[in-house]
Amino acid sequence: MTTATLERPRTSLLTALSDTFFRQPKLLTLLLLLPPLLWIGVVYVGSLFALLLQSFYSLDDFSGLVNHQFTLSTYAQLFEEANLQIILRTVLMAALVTLASAIIAFPIAYYAARYARGWTKALFYLAVMMPLWSSYLVKVYAWKLILAKEGILTWMAEGLHLKWLLDGILALPVIGGPSLSFSYIGTFLVFVYVWIPYMILPTQAALERVPSNYLEAAADLGADPRQTFNTVIFPLALPGIIAGSIFTFSLTLGDYIIPQIVGNSRLMIGQAVYTLQGTAGNIPLAAAFAVVPMAIMGVYLWMAKRMGAFDVL
Amino acid sequence: MSSDAKAVGSKKAGSPLGLRIAAITGLLFLHLPLALIILYAFTTEERSFQFPPPGYTTKWFGVAWYERPDIWPPLYLSLKVAAIATLMALVLGTLAAAALSRAKFFGRETISLLFILPIALPGIITGISLRSAFDIMGLDFSVWTIILGHATFCIVVVYNNAIARFRRLSGNLIEASMDLGADGFQTFRYVILPQIGSALLAGGMLAFALSFDEVIVTTFTAGQQSTLPIWMLSELIRPRQRPVTNVVAVFVIFVTLIPILAAYYLTREGEHTGGASK
Repeated sequence: MTTATLERPRTSLLTALSDTFFRQPKLLTLLLLLPPLLWIGVVYVGSLFALLLQSFYSLDDFSGLVNHQFTLSTYAQLFEEANLQIILRTVLMAALVTLASAIIAFPIAYYAARYARGWTKALFYLAVMMPLWSSYLVKVYAWKLILAKEGILTWMAEGLHLKWLLDGILALPVIGGPSLSFSYIGTFLVFVYVWIPYMILPTQAALERVPSNYLEAAADLGADPRQTFNTVIFPLALPGIIAGSIFTFSLTLGDYIIPQIVGNSRLMIGQAVYTLQGTAGNIPLAAAFAVVPMAIMGVYLWMAKRMGAFDVL
Repeated sequence: MSSDAKAVGSKKAGSPLGLRIAAITGLLFLHLPLALIILYAFTTEERSFQFPPPGYTTKWFGVAWYERPDIWPPLYLSLKVAAIATLMALVLGTLAAAALSRAKFFGRETISLLFILPIALPGIITGISLRSAFDIMGLDFSVWTIILGHATFCIVVVYNNAIARFRRLSGNLIEASMDLGADGFQTFRYVILPQIGSALLAGGMLAFALSFDEVIVTTFTAGQQSTLPIWMLSELIRPRQRPVTNVVAVFVIFVTLIPILAAYYLTREGEHTGGASK
Protein backbone atom coordinates (compact mmCIF):
# COMPACT_ATOMS: atom_id res chain seq x y z
CA MET A 1 0.00 0.00 0.00
CA THR A 2 2.74 2.37 0.87
CA THR A 3 4.68 1.43 -2.24
CA ALA A 4 1.65 2.26 -4.34
CA THR A 5 1.87 5.92 -3.39
CA LEU A 6 5.59 6.01 -3.89
CA GLU A 7 5.37 4.56 -7.37
CA ARG A 8 2.46 6.67 -8.46
CA PRO A 9 3.11 7.34 -12.11
CA ARG A 10 3.89 10.95 -12.87
CA THR A 11 2.35 11.78 -16.18
CA SER A 12 1.85 15.51 -16.16
CA LEU A 13 4.25 17.40 -18.37
CA LEU A 14 4.96 19.94 -15.65
CA THR A 15 5.81 17.20 -13.18
CA ALA A 16 8.11 15.57 -15.69
CA LEU A 17 9.81 18.90 -16.26
CA SER A 18 10.10 19.44 -12.53
CA ASP A 19 11.70 16.01 -12.15
CA THR A 20 14.19 16.77 -14.87
CA PHE A 21 15.19 19.93 -13.05
CA PHE A 22 15.51 18.01 -9.81
CA ARG A 23 17.83 15.47 -11.39
CA GLN A 24 19.75 18.11 -13.32
CA PRO A 25 20.06 21.13 -11.03
CA LYS A 26 22.65 22.64 -13.33
CA LEU A 27 20.17 22.75 -16.17
CA LEU A 28 17.75 24.75 -14.05
CA THR A 29 20.48 27.14 -12.95
CA LEU A 30 21.45 27.65 -16.57
CA LEU A 31 17.87 28.27 -17.66
CA LEU A 32 17.33 30.74 -14.82
CA LEU A 33 20.54 32.56 -15.52
CA LEU A 34 20.24 32.76 -19.28
CA PRO A 35 17.66 35.59 -19.73
CA PRO A 36 19.24 38.08 -17.29
CA LEU A 37 22.72 37.20 -18.46
CA LEU A 38 21.73 37.72 -22.09
CA TRP A 39 20.19 41.07 -21.19
CA ILE A 40 23.22 42.35 -19.31
CA GLY A 41 25.54 40.75 -21.85
CA VAL A 42 23.87 42.15 -24.95
CA VAL A 43 22.48 45.48 -23.77
CA TYR A 44 25.08 46.51 -21.24
CA VAL A 45 28.33 44.79 -22.13
CA GLY A 46 27.45 45.09 -25.81
CA SER A 47 27.04 48.83 -25.37
CA LEU A 48 30.33 49.07 -23.50
CA PHE A 49 31.99 47.48 -26.53
CA ALA A 50 30.18 49.92 -28.79
CA LEU A 51 31.65 52.68 -26.64
CA LEU A 52 35.14 51.24 -26.96
CA LEU A 53 34.68 50.86 -30.70
CA GLN A 54 33.53 54.48 -31.06
CA SER A 55 36.56 55.70 -29.13
CA PHE A 56 38.81 54.27 -31.86
CA TYR A 57 36.96 56.19 -34.57
CA SER A 58 37.61 59.84 -35.22
CA LEU A 59 35.73 62.94 -36.24
CA ASP A 60 36.53 64.43 -39.61
CA ASP A 61 37.23 68.09 -38.87
CA PHE A 62 36.05 69.31 -42.27
CA SER A 63 32.84 67.37 -42.83
CA GLY A 64 31.94 67.01 -39.12
CA LEU A 65 31.11 63.35 -39.76
CA VAL A 66 32.43 60.35 -37.88
CA ASN A 67 35.19 58.58 -39.78
CA HIS A 68 34.70 54.85 -39.19
CA GLN A 69 38.33 53.86 -39.45
CA PHE A 70 40.53 52.53 -36.68
CA THR A 71 42.77 55.24 -35.28
CA LEU A 72 44.40 56.23 -32.02
CA SER A 73 44.24 59.93 -32.84
CA THR A 74 41.12 60.42 -30.72
CA TYR A 75 42.94 59.09 -27.67
CA ALA A 76 45.87 61.35 -28.50
CA GLN A 77 43.49 64.31 -28.25
CA LEU A 78 42.90 63.42 -24.59
CA PHE A 79 46.49 64.40 -23.86
CA GLU A 80 46.07 67.93 -25.14
CA GLU A 81 46.59 70.47 -22.37
CA ALA A 82 42.94 71.51 -21.99
CA ASN A 83 41.61 67.93 -21.93
CA LEU A 84 44.29 66.74 -19.53
CA GLN A 85 43.28 69.54 -17.18
CA ILE A 86 39.66 68.40 -17.29
CA ILE A 87 40.72 64.88 -16.29
CA LEU A 88 43.04 65.99 -13.48
CA ARG A 89 40.45 68.44 -12.13
CA THR A 90 37.78 65.71 -12.03
CA VAL A 91 40.02 63.13 -10.35
CA LEU A 92 41.13 65.66 -7.74
CA MET A 93 37.52 66.62 -7.03
CA ALA A 94 36.50 62.95 -6.73
CA ALA A 95 39.35 62.28 -4.30
CA LEU A 96 38.49 65.28 -2.10
CA VAL A 97 34.79 64.44 -2.12
CA THR A 98 35.57 60.84 -1.13
CA LEU A 99 37.81 61.96 1.73
CA ALA A 100 35.26 64.45 3.08
CA SER A 101 32.43 61.91 2.80
CA ALA A 102 34.44 59.34 4.74
CA ILE A 103 35.14 61.85 7.53
CA ILE A 104 31.54 63.07 7.84
CA ALA A 105 30.03 59.60 7.42
CA PHE A 106 32.12 57.90 10.09
CA PRO A 107 30.51 59.37 13.24
CA ILE A 108 27.02 58.72 11.85
CA ALA A 109 27.89 55.14 10.93
CA TYR A 110 29.66 54.57 14.24
CA TYR A 111 26.79 55.90 16.30
CA ALA A 112 24.24 53.90 14.31
CA ALA A 113 26.29 50.72 14.54
CA ARG A 114 27.29 50.82 18.20
CA TYR A 115 24.88 52.98 20.19
CA ALA A 116 21.58 53.16 18.36
CA ARG A 117 19.15 50.48 19.58
CA GLY A 118 15.51 49.75 18.92
CA TRP A 119 13.65 52.75 17.53
CA THR A 120 16.73 54.98 17.26
CA LYS A 121 18.33 52.28 15.11
CA ALA A 122 15.33 52.29 12.78
CA LEU A 123 15.35 56.08 12.79
CA PHE A 124 19.02 56.23 11.83
CA TYR A 125 18.50 53.70 9.09
CA LEU A 126 15.57 55.61 7.62
CA ALA A 127 17.36 58.93 8.06
CA VAL A 128 20.13 57.63 5.81
CA MET A 129 17.95 55.69 3.37
CA MET A 130 15.56 58.54 2.67
CA PRO A 131 18.14 61.00 1.36
CA LEU A 132 19.84 58.14 -0.49
CA TRP A 133 16.74 57.27 -2.46
CA SER A 134 15.10 60.67 -2.71
CA SER A 135 15.31 62.48 -6.00
CA TYR A 136 18.81 63.33 -7.15
CA LEU A 137 17.69 66.45 -9.00
CA VAL A 138 15.63 67.68 -6.06
CA LYS A 139 18.72 67.37 -3.84
CA VAL A 140 20.84 69.31 -6.30
CA TYR A 141 18.10 71.92 -6.62
CA ALA A 142 17.96 72.29 -2.84
CA TRP A 143 21.62 73.30 -2.85
CA LYS A 144 21.04 75.78 -5.63
CA LEU A 145 18.59 77.44 -3.21
CA ILE A 146 21.03 77.27 -0.28
CA LEU A 147 24.09 78.52 -2.10
CA ALA A 148 22.44 81.29 -4.13
CA LYS A 149 23.80 84.78 -3.49
CA GLU A 150 20.48 85.94 -2.01
CA GLY A 151 19.92 82.56 -0.29
CA ILE A 152 19.92 81.22 3.23
CA LEU A 153 23.71 80.94 3.69
CA THR A 154 24.28 84.60 2.94
CA TRP A 155 21.36 85.49 5.21
CA MET A 156 22.84 83.41 8.01
CA ALA A 157 26.29 84.90 7.54
CA GLU A 158 24.78 88.38 7.79
CA GLY A 159 22.80 87.44 10.88
CA LEU A 160 25.90 86.10 12.60
CA HIS A 161 28.02 89.10 11.45
CA LEU A 162 30.23 86.69 9.50
CA LYS A 163 29.68 88.26 6.07
CA TRP A 164 33.40 89.16 6.02
CA LEU A 165 34.26 85.48 6.38
CA LEU A 166 31.99 84.43 3.49
CA ASP A 167 33.37 87.23 1.29
CA GLY A 168 36.89 86.22 2.30
CA ILE A 169 36.26 82.61 1.29
CA LEU A 170 34.74 83.68 -2.02
CA ALA A 171 37.71 85.93 -2.70
CA LEU A 172 40.09 82.96 -2.50
CA PRO A 173 41.77 82.15 -5.80
CA VAL A 174 40.64 79.02 -7.72
CA ILE A 175 38.10 77.70 -5.20
CA GLY A 176 36.21 81.00 -4.78
CA GLY A 177 33.91 82.75 -7.21
CA PRO A 178 31.18 85.38 -7.57
CA SER A 179 28.91 83.37 -5.23
CA LEU A 180 28.99 79.93 -3.64
CA SER A 181 26.76 78.53 -6.36
CA PHE A 182 29.35 79.49 -8.98
CA SER A 183 32.43 78.14 -7.20
CA TYR A 184 34.33 74.90 -6.66
CA ILE A 185 33.38 75.06 -2.97
CA GLY A 186 29.74 74.88 -3.98
CA THR A 187 30.32 71.97 -6.38
CA PHE A 188 32.28 70.16 -3.69
CA LEU A 189 29.57 70.65 -1.04
CA VAL A 190 26.82 69.36 -3.31
CA PHE A 191 28.85 66.30 -4.30
CA VAL A 192 29.52 65.46 -0.65
CA TYR A 193 25.87 65.96 0.23
CA VAL A 194 24.48 63.88 -2.60
CA TRP A 195 26.85 60.90 -2.28
CA ILE A 196 27.33 60.68 1.48
CA PRO A 197 24.61 58.05 2.16
CA TYR A 198 26.58 55.71 -0.14
CA MET A 199 29.48 56.06 2.29
CA ILE A 200 27.48 55.73 5.50
CA LEU A 201 25.79 52.40 4.73
CA PRO A 202 28.84 50.21 3.98
CA THR A 203 30.85 51.87 6.78
CA GLN A 204 28.04 51.08 9.19
CA ALA A 205 27.81 47.50 7.88
CA ALA A 206 31.54 47.01 8.50
CA LEU A 207 31.36 48.55 11.98
CA GLU A 208 28.43 46.33 12.93
CA ARG A 209 30.58 43.31 12.25
CA VAL A 210 33.21 44.37 14.78
CA PRO A 211 32.53 42.04 17.73
CA SER A 212 32.17 44.01 20.95
CA ASN A 213 34.43 41.56 22.80
CA TYR A 214 37.31 42.73 20.56
CA LEU A 215 36.86 46.18 22.08
CA GLU A 216 36.66 44.75 25.58
CA ALA A 217 39.78 42.70 24.91
CA ALA A 218 41.58 45.82 23.70
CA ALA A 219 40.52 47.67 26.85
CA ASP A 220 41.53 44.74 29.06
CA LEU A 221 44.95 44.72 27.46
CA GLY A 222 45.35 48.36 28.43
CA ALA A 223 44.57 50.21 25.20
CA ASP A 224 43.10 53.67 25.68
CA PRO A 225 40.14 54.62 23.45
CA ARG A 226 42.42 56.25 20.89
CA GLN A 227 44.61 53.16 20.61
CA THR A 228 41.53 50.94 20.38
CA PHE A 229 40.27 53.10 17.55
CA ASN A 230 43.57 53.14 15.68
CA THR A 231 44.46 49.48 16.04
CA VAL A 232 41.08 47.70 16.22
CA ILE A 233 38.09 49.71 15.04
CA PHE A 234 39.56 51.62 12.12
CA PRO A 235 41.36 48.68 10.44
CA LEU A 236 38.17 46.60 10.69
CA ALA A 237 36.04 49.45 9.34
CA LEU A 238 38.41 50.13 6.45
CA PRO A 239 36.90 47.62 4.00
CA GLY A 240 33.55 49.31 4.53
CA ILE A 241 34.99 52.75 3.96
CA ILE A 242 36.67 51.53 0.78
CA ALA A 243 33.41 49.97 -0.38
CA GLY A 244 31.71 53.33 0.17
CA SER A 245 34.52 55.15 -1.58
CA ILE A 246 33.88 53.10 -4.73
CA PHE A 247 30.52 54.83 -4.99
CA THR A 248 31.55 58.35 -3.98
CA PHE A 249 34.59 58.26 -6.26
CA SER A 250 32.88 56.68 -9.24
CA LEU A 251 29.76 58.83 -9.02
CA THR A 252 31.79 62.04 -8.80
CA LEU A 253 33.98 61.02 -11.74
CA GLY A 254 31.01 60.63 -14.03
CA ASP A 255 28.62 63.34 -12.90
CA TYR A 256 27.82 66.14 -15.31
CA ILE A 257 24.71 67.65 -13.78
CA ILE A 258 26.00 68.90 -10.42
CA PRO A 259 28.92 70.90 -11.87
CA GLN A 260 26.58 72.27 -14.53
CA ILE A 261 24.05 73.57 -12.01
CA VAL A 262 26.35 74.50 -9.14
CA GLY A 263 29.82 75.41 -10.28
CA ASN A 264 31.97 77.58 -12.46
CA SER A 265 32.34 77.22 -16.20
CA ARG A 266 35.39 74.94 -16.08
CA LEU A 267 34.38 71.50 -17.34
CA MET A 268 34.59 68.14 -15.63
CA ILE A 269 34.85 64.79 -17.46
CA GLY A 270 31.10 64.20 -17.40
CA GLN A 271 30.34 67.62 -18.85
CA ALA A 272 32.94 67.10 -21.57
CA VAL A 273 31.33 63.78 -22.54
CA TYR A 274 27.89 65.34 -22.52
CA THR A 275 28.73 68.39 -24.64
CA LEU A 276 30.87 66.43 -27.08
CA GLN A 277 28.16 63.85 -27.84
CA GLY A 278 25.41 66.47 -27.97
CA THR A 279 25.91 69.75 -29.77
CA ALA A 280 29.38 68.93 -31.08
CA GLY A 281 28.33 65.50 -32.39
CA ASN A 282 31.83 64.23 -31.63
CA ILE A 283 30.88 60.82 -30.28
CA PRO A 284 34.41 59.37 -30.74
CA LEU A 285 36.03 61.93 -28.44
CA ALA A 286 33.11 61.68 -26.00
CA ALA A 287 33.64 57.92 -25.94
CA ALA A 288 37.39 58.30 -25.38
CA PHE A 289 36.66 60.66 -22.48
CA ALA A 290 34.23 58.12 -21.00
CA VAL A 291 36.89 55.42 -21.15
CA VAL A 292 38.97 57.45 -18.66
CA PRO A 293 36.64 56.96 -15.65
CA MET A 294 36.13 53.37 -16.75
CA ALA A 295 39.86 52.71 -16.65
CA ILE A 296 40.26 54.54 -13.35
CA MET A 297 37.37 52.60 -11.81
CA GLY A 298 38.77 49.34 -13.16
CA VAL A 299 41.99 49.89 -11.24
CA TYR A 300 40.05 51.15 -8.22
CA LEU A 301 37.76 48.11 -8.11
CA TRP A 302 40.70 45.77 -8.46
CA MET A 303 42.44 47.41 -5.50
CA ALA A 304 39.20 47.45 -3.48
CA LYS A 305 38.69 43.75 -4.11
CA ARG A 306 42.19 43.02 -2.88
CA MET A 307 41.45 44.92 0.33
CA GLY A 308 38.30 42.90 0.98
CA ALA A 309 35.83 45.69 0.32
CA PHE A 310 33.43 43.46 -1.64
CA ASP A 311 32.58 41.35 1.40
CA VAL A 312 30.84 44.34 2.94
CA LEU A 313 28.68 45.24 -0.06
CA MET B 1 30.55 48.43 45.47
CA SER B 2 28.40 48.75 42.39
CA SER B 3 30.24 51.80 41.15
CA ASP B 4 32.52 49.69 38.96
CA ALA B 5 29.67 47.78 37.44
CA LYS B 6 27.80 51.03 36.92
CA ALA B 7 30.77 52.63 35.20
CA VAL B 8 31.05 49.73 32.79
CA GLY B 9 27.31 49.70 32.25
CA SER B 10 27.10 53.40 31.52
CA LYS B 11 30.00 53.14 29.13
CA LYS B 12 28.00 50.63 27.15
CA ALA B 13 24.70 52.48 27.20
CA GLY B 14 25.73 56.10 26.75
CA SER B 15 27.72 57.49 23.87
CA PRO B 16 30.43 60.15 24.03
CA LEU B 17 28.86 63.61 23.71
CA GLY B 18 31.17 64.60 20.85
CA LEU B 19 30.17 61.55 18.85
CA ARG B 20 26.49 62.19 19.44
CA ILE B 21 26.80 65.82 18.32
CA ALA B 22 28.75 64.82 15.22
CA ALA B 23 26.18 62.15 14.31
CA ILE B 24 23.19 64.44 14.81
CA THR B 25 24.81 67.34 12.92
CA GLY B 26 25.53 64.92 10.10
CA LEU B 27 21.92 63.80 9.96
CA LEU B 28 20.68 67.40 9.99
CA PHE B 29 23.06 68.13 7.10
CA LEU B 30 21.30 65.31 5.23
CA HIS B 31 17.76 66.54 5.86
CA LEU B 32 17.55 70.33 6.16
CA PRO B 33 18.10 71.00 2.43
CA LEU B 34 14.98 69.02 1.55
CA ALA B 35 12.93 71.06 4.02
CA LEU B 36 14.05 74.18 2.18
CA ILE B 37 12.60 72.85 -1.10
CA ILE B 38 9.20 72.65 0.56
CA LEU B 39 9.50 76.15 2.04
CA TYR B 40 10.32 77.72 -1.33
CA ALA B 41 7.21 76.16 -2.91
CA PHE B 42 5.24 78.73 -0.90
CA THR B 43 7.28 81.86 -1.58
CA THR B 44 5.81 84.87 -3.36
CA GLU B 45 9.16 85.66 -5.01
CA GLU B 46 9.44 83.95 -8.38
CA ARG B 47 12.65 85.38 -9.81
CA SER B 48 15.25 84.75 -7.12
CA PHE B 49 15.89 82.47 -4.16
CA GLN B 50 15.59 85.29 -1.63
CA PHE B 51 15.78 84.12 2.00
CA PRO B 52 13.70 84.56 4.05
CA PRO B 53 10.91 84.58 1.45
CA PRO B 54 9.23 88.01 1.32
CA GLY B 55 5.75 86.45 1.61
CA TYR B 56 3.91 83.18 1.52
CA THR B 57 1.25 81.90 -0.87
CA THR B 58 -0.26 78.61 -2.00
CA LYS B 59 -1.04 79.87 -5.51
CA TRP B 60 1.85 77.97 -7.16
CA PHE B 61 0.11 74.63 -6.61
CA GLY B 62 -2.82 75.95 -8.64
CA VAL B 63 -0.52 77.41 -11.28
CA ALA B 64 1.30 74.09 -11.64
CA TRP B 65 -1.96 72.18 -11.97
CA TYR B 66 -3.91 74.50 -14.33
CA GLU B 67 -1.53 76.80 -16.15
CA ARG B 68 1.44 74.62 -16.94
CA PRO B 69 0.37 71.96 -19.47
CA ASP B 70 4.07 71.34 -20.19
CA ILE B 71 4.33 69.33 -16.94
CA TRP B 72 1.87 66.56 -17.85
CA PRO B 73 3.43 64.80 -20.88
CA PRO B 74 6.82 64.37 -19.12
CA LEU B 75 5.01 63.04 -16.05
CA TYR B 76 3.11 60.44 -18.10
CA LEU B 77 6.27 59.42 -19.92
CA SER B 78 8.16 59.01 -16.63
CA LEU B 79 5.40 56.88 -15.12
CA LYS B 80 5.19 54.70 -18.22
CA VAL B 81 8.94 54.17 -18.44
CA ALA B 82 9.23 53.44 -14.72
CA ALA B 83 6.37 50.92 -14.81
CA ILE B 84 7.68 48.95 -17.78
CA ALA B 85 11.33 49.07 -16.68
CA THR B 86 10.34 47.88 -13.19
CA LEU B 87 8.37 44.92 -14.56
CA MET B 88 11.26 43.85 -16.78
CA ALA B 89 13.72 44.27 -13.93
CA LEU B 90 11.52 42.22 -11.59
CA VAL B 91 11.57 39.24 -13.91
CA LEU B 92 15.25 39.43 -14.90
CA GLY B 93 16.57 40.42 -11.47
CA THR B 94 14.70 37.62 -9.70
CA LEU B 95 15.90 35.02 -12.19
CA ALA B 96 19.48 36.17 -11.75
CA ALA B 97 19.22 36.10 -7.96
CA ALA B 98 17.58 32.67 -7.98
CA ALA B 99 20.30 31.23 -10.19
CA LEU B 100 23.24 32.79 -8.38
CA SER B 101 21.99 31.96 -4.90
CA ARG B 102 21.25 28.29 -5.52
CA ALA B 103 24.47 27.04 -6.99
CA LYS B 104 28.18 27.49 -6.81
CA PHE B 105 29.77 27.24 -10.20
CA PHE B 106 32.79 28.43 -12.05
CA GLY B 107 32.55 32.12 -12.93
CA ARG B 108 29.80 32.87 -10.40
CA GLU B 109 31.77 35.71 -8.83
CA THR B 110 32.40 37.27 -12.22
CA ILE B 111 28.74 37.04 -13.17
CA SER B 112 27.57 38.58 -9.90
CA LEU B 113 30.07 41.41 -10.46
CA LEU B 114 28.61 41.83 -13.95
CA PHE B 115 25.13 42.37 -12.51
CA ILE B 116 26.40 45.07 -10.13
CA LEU B 117 28.45 46.81 -12.82
CA PRO B 118 25.66 49.10 -14.09
CA ILE B 119 25.58 50.89 -10.73
CA ALA B 120 29.27 50.50 -9.86
CA LEU B 121 30.32 52.35 -13.00
CA PRO B 122 29.26 56.01 -13.33
CA GLY B 123 25.84 56.44 -14.93
CA ILE B 124 27.34 58.53 -17.68
CA ILE B 125 29.19 55.44 -18.96
CA THR B 126 25.93 53.51 -19.25
CA GLY B 127 24.48 56.56 -20.98
CA ILE B 128 27.21 57.21 -23.52
CA SER B 129 27.63 53.45 -24.15
CA LEU B 130 23.97 53.04 -25.06
CA ARG B 131 24.17 56.22 -27.13
CA SER B 132 27.19 54.80 -29.01
CA ALA B 133 25.40 51.50 -29.57
CA PHE B 134 22.25 53.23 -30.90
CA ASP B 135 24.48 55.30 -33.14
CA ILE B 136 26.30 52.27 -34.55
CA MET B 137 23.07 50.30 -35.04
CA GLY B 138 21.27 53.30 -36.52
CA LEU B 139 18.51 53.01 -33.89
CA ASP B 140 16.16 55.99 -33.49
CA PHE B 141 15.33 57.33 -30.04
CA SER B 142 12.00 56.18 -28.67
CA VAL B 143 10.30 55.25 -25.40
CA TRP B 144 12.03 51.89 -25.74
CA THR B 145 15.53 53.33 -25.89
CA ILE B 146 14.81 54.98 -22.53
CA ILE B 147 13.36 51.77 -21.08
CA LEU B 148 16.36 49.78 -22.29
CA GLY B 149 18.67 51.90 -20.17
CA HIS B 150 16.40 52.03 -17.15
CA ALA B 151 15.74 48.29 -17.04
CA THR B 152 19.49 47.68 -17.04
CA PHE B 153 20.16 49.50 -13.77
CA CYS B 154 16.80 48.52 -12.23
CA ILE B 155 17.80 44.85 -12.54
CA VAL B 156 20.59 45.55 -10.06
CA VAL B 157 18.18 46.90 -7.45
CA VAL B 158 15.80 43.94 -7.70
CA TYR B 159 18.73 41.53 -7.81
CA ASN B 160 20.25 42.97 -4.62
CA ASN B 161 16.96 42.76 -2.72
CA ALA B 162 16.10 39.30 -4.00
CA ILE B 163 19.52 37.71 -3.44
CA ALA B 164 19.59 38.86 0.19
CA ARG B 165 16.29 37.09 0.77
CA PHE B 166 17.20 33.98 -1.24
CA ARG B 167 20.28 33.54 0.92
CA ARG B 168 18.15 33.55 4.04
CA LEU B 169 15.68 31.08 2.57
CA SER B 170 15.87 27.88 4.54
CA GLY B 171 16.80 24.81 2.51
CA ASN B 172 14.95 22.66 5.06
CA LEU B 173 11.58 24.07 4.06
CA ILE B 174 12.21 23.33 0.39
CA GLU B 175 13.32 19.79 1.20
CA ALA B 176 10.29 19.30 3.43
CA SER B 177 8.03 20.46 0.63
CA MET B 178 9.67 18.00 -1.77
CA ASP B 179 9.42 15.20 0.80
CA LEU B 180 5.72 15.87 1.12
CA GLY B 181 5.33 15.28 -2.58
CA ALA B 182 5.26 18.76 -4.06
CA ASP B 183 6.96 19.12 -7.42
CA GLY B 184 9.35 21.95 -8.16
CA PHE B 185 6.66 24.31 -9.44
CA GLN B 186 4.41 23.70 -6.45
CA THR B 187 7.34 24.27 -4.14
CA PHE B 188 8.02 27.55 -5.90
CA ARG B 189 4.38 28.62 -5.79
CA TYR B 190 3.56 27.65 -2.20
CA VAL B 191 6.90 27.72 -0.36
CA ILE B 192 9.42 29.97 -2.09
CA LEU B 193 7.21 32.71 -3.51
CA PRO B 194 5.45 33.60 -0.23
CA GLN B 195 8.87 34.00 1.37
CA ILE B 196 10.51 36.11 -1.31
CA GLY B 197 7.36 38.05 -2.24
CA SER B 198 7.90 41.00 0.07
CA ALA B 199 11.57 41.32 -0.96
CA LEU B 200 10.52 41.40 -4.61
CA LEU B 201 7.87 44.02 -3.88
CA ALA B 202 10.45 46.11 -2.03
CA GLY B 203 12.96 45.72 -4.86
CA GLY B 204 10.30 46.62 -7.39
CA MET B 205 9.34 49.75 -5.49
CA LEU B 206 12.93 50.92 -5.19
CA ALA B 207 13.46 50.20 -8.87
CA PHE B 208 10.38 52.28 -9.68
CA ALA B 209 11.61 55.18 -7.53
CA LEU B 210 15.04 54.96 -9.16
CA SER B 211 13.66 54.92 -12.69
CA PHE B 212 11.14 57.68 -12.02
CA ASP B 213 13.95 59.91 -10.86
CA GLU B 214 16.74 58.94 -13.28
CA VAL B 215 18.28 61.71 -15.35
CA ILE B 216 21.97 60.92 -16.00
CA VAL B 217 21.42 57.95 -18.30
CA THR B 218 18.12 59.25 -19.64
CA THR B 219 19.52 62.38 -21.25
CA PHE B 220 21.63 60.14 -23.47
CA THR B 221 18.84 57.75 -24.43
CA ALA B 222 15.87 60.10 -24.73
CA GLY B 223 16.75 62.23 -27.75
CA GLN B 224 14.12 64.97 -27.94
CA GLN B 225 11.73 63.28 -25.50
CA SER B 226 11.28 64.74 -22.07
CA THR B 227 10.80 62.75 -18.87
CA LEU B 228 9.90 64.55 -15.64
CA PRO B 229 13.55 64.73 -14.44
CA ILE B 230 14.60 66.09 -17.84
CA TRP B 231 11.83 68.68 -17.63
CA MET B 232 13.08 69.61 -14.18
CA LEU B 233 16.68 69.84 -15.35
CA SER B 234 15.71 72.24 -18.13
CA GLU B 235 13.80 74.33 -15.56
CA LEU B 236 16.92 74.44 -13.38
CA ILE B 237 19.04 75.66 -16.25
CA ARG B 238 16.47 78.08 -17.71
CA PRO B 239 14.02 78.89 -14.91
CA ARG B 240 10.57 80.23 -15.78
CA GLN B 241 8.53 80.26 -12.57
CA ARG B 242 10.90 78.99 -9.92
CA PRO B 243 8.22 78.16 -7.30
CA VAL B 244 6.45 75.91 -9.84
CA THR B 245 9.65 73.88 -10.09
CA ASN B 246 9.50 73.61 -6.30
CA VAL B 247 5.90 72.42 -6.41
CA VAL B 248 6.92 69.66 -8.84
CA ALA B 249 9.94 68.89 -6.62
CA VAL B 250 7.67 68.51 -3.59
CA PHE B 251 5.50 66.15 -5.63
CA VAL B 252 8.58 64.13 -6.64
CA ILE B 253 9.74 63.96 -3.01
CA PHE B 254 6.45 62.36 -2.01
CA VAL B 255 6.25 60.05 -5.03
CA THR B 256 9.68 58.65 -4.19
CA LEU B 257 9.19 58.74 -0.42
CA ILE B 258 6.21 56.37 -0.43
CA PRO B 259 7.98 53.46 -2.17
CA ILE B 260 11.07 53.96 0.03
CA LEU B 261 9.07 53.76 3.25
CA ALA B 262 7.05 50.83 1.92
CA ALA B 263 10.20 49.00 0.87
CA TYR B 264 11.71 49.56 4.29
CA TYR B 265 8.59 48.24 5.97
CA LEU B 266 8.48 45.17 3.73
CA THR B 267 12.10 44.15 4.15
CA ARG B 268 12.01 44.81 7.88
CA GLU B 269 9.05 42.43 8.21
CA GLY B 270 10.98 39.94 6.14
CA GLU B 271 13.48 39.39 8.92
CA HIS B 272 10.83 37.42 10.79
CA THR B 273 10.03 35.17 7.85
CA GLY B 274 9.59 31.56 8.80
CA GLY B 275 12.71 29.47 8.49
CA ALA B 276 14.89 32.57 8.26
CA SER B 277 17.01 31.53 11.23
CA LYS B 278 19.47 28.98 10.06
